[in-house]
Amino acid sequence: MQTLLSPLLLLADSRLPTGAHAHSGGVEQAIAHGLVRDTAGLEWFTRRRLATAGLLAAAAAAAANRAAGDQALLSALDTALDVRTPSPALRAASRNAGRGLLRLARRTVADLPDLGRRPHHSLVLGVLSSELGIGPDAAAALAVQSTATGITAAAQRLLALDPFDVADLLLALAGAIDATAAAGVQLSDLPDLGDPLADLLAETHHARKDRYFVS
Amino acid sequence: MSLDHDHNIDPHPHRHRRDGEPLRVGIGGPVGSGKTALVAALCRTLGPAMSLAVVTNDIYTTEDADFLRRNAVLPTDRIEAVQTGCCPHTAIREDITSNLDAIETLLERFDDQIDLVLVESGGDNLTASFSHGLVDVQIFVVDVAGGDKVPRKGGPGVTFSDLLVINKTDLAPLVGADLQVMGDDADRVRSGAPVIMMSLVEDPSAKLVADWVHEQLHRWQS
Repeated sequence: MQTLLSPLLLLADSRLPTGAHAHSGGVEQAIAHGLVRDTAGLEWFTRRRLATAGLLAAAAAAAANRAAGDQALLSALDTALDVRTPSPALRAASRNAGRGLLRLARRTVADLPDLGRRPHHSLVLGVLSSELGIGPDAAAALAVQSTATGITAAAQRLLALDPFDVADLLLALAGAIDATAAAGVQLSDLPDLGDPLADLLAETHHARKDRYFVS
Repeated sequence: MSLDHDHNIDPHPHRHRRDGEPLRVGIGGPVGSGKTALVAALCRTLGPAMSLAVVTNDIYTTEDADFLRRNAVLPTDRIEAVQTGCCPHTAIREDITSNLDAIETLLERFDDQIDLVLVESGGDNLTASFSHGLVDVQIFVVDVAGGDKVPRKGGPGVTFSDLLVINKTDLAPLVGADLQVMGDDADRVRSGAPVIMMSLVEDPSAKLVADWVHEQLHRWQS
């Protein structure tokens, strides 16, 4: 499928109302523990997330995009994502983000496949992108790009980083982002690379009452 | 001050409402202006007569929600707290998803039997205002101790809110604020749209604001 550019650019726009701005991709807790203090730490953290959560999101988004509304396949993908996300807090975060994107999807797409009430975010992304004339390669790219920008935007706010340094960082990560997306598209089965650090950070974060971000 | 100004020409586009939906009232205003205390007063005054729920948008904590729960103005399950990721104005304005999700959760929990939802914004600056996709009417709360020039400076909240509340009038002599000036400026900037000057110290029931909310309920239900 020849991807339509405007809908793709719209889905990549951080101003799209999906509630994504309230998620930090785990960086809020990493900052709280002193693991990320500056752009160098942010780069380390983001690369780690790209290799694990980013790859999983890319593969899932591409698979959902290719599923062409196959209900059984989408349901199996949802379960497979649960299995590969051992942290309850991260499962909840993914479903919270998915719910937000689903709200937008229901408003804009007439005959959306049934995804339940709280599907995983990458699933909705795959399905919605397909409905908007976007192919699996681009869907995977969206999933990985938003993984990266969600983390960097939150860190920029929390650490008052120079936004130009953050923009530089994202450009420096472009190769890794593209490679992760391409790798995800190639996989016939969802990857199972976990990150126990991210799981622990997510559980700790979720239990806090004094947090700025949902996840 | 004018309480019953009738806008013959409605300047705002309204959100698409379904039958039986609760009225959604946004309560915004700068930090410390008394939003949470006003929400608590409204819950105490209106709570007995109708099915009420609250969504709070603290910037950083669940303190506002906890305040409401501790003061038992509403049962815990009628209060939802939303995190806004360091962007309190975004969450009520250009990306209202989190707040819509919270309202949806409340409606599911109470089987759609809710008459009124109060959405309290995180304390923000004078440029913040609620999207009409999120709320039906909005109250903007400024307080006397914030300075008597605040109404004159305008801004979206002061100028275009459906109701402007000038709060803590009991503090005026202590901070050298001229209530007459504030009231006149507010009237002028708002072209006579509703303004209420009040003090929760003098009237803990916030009767004037509660009455205004009642009026809105009647207007929107007919």
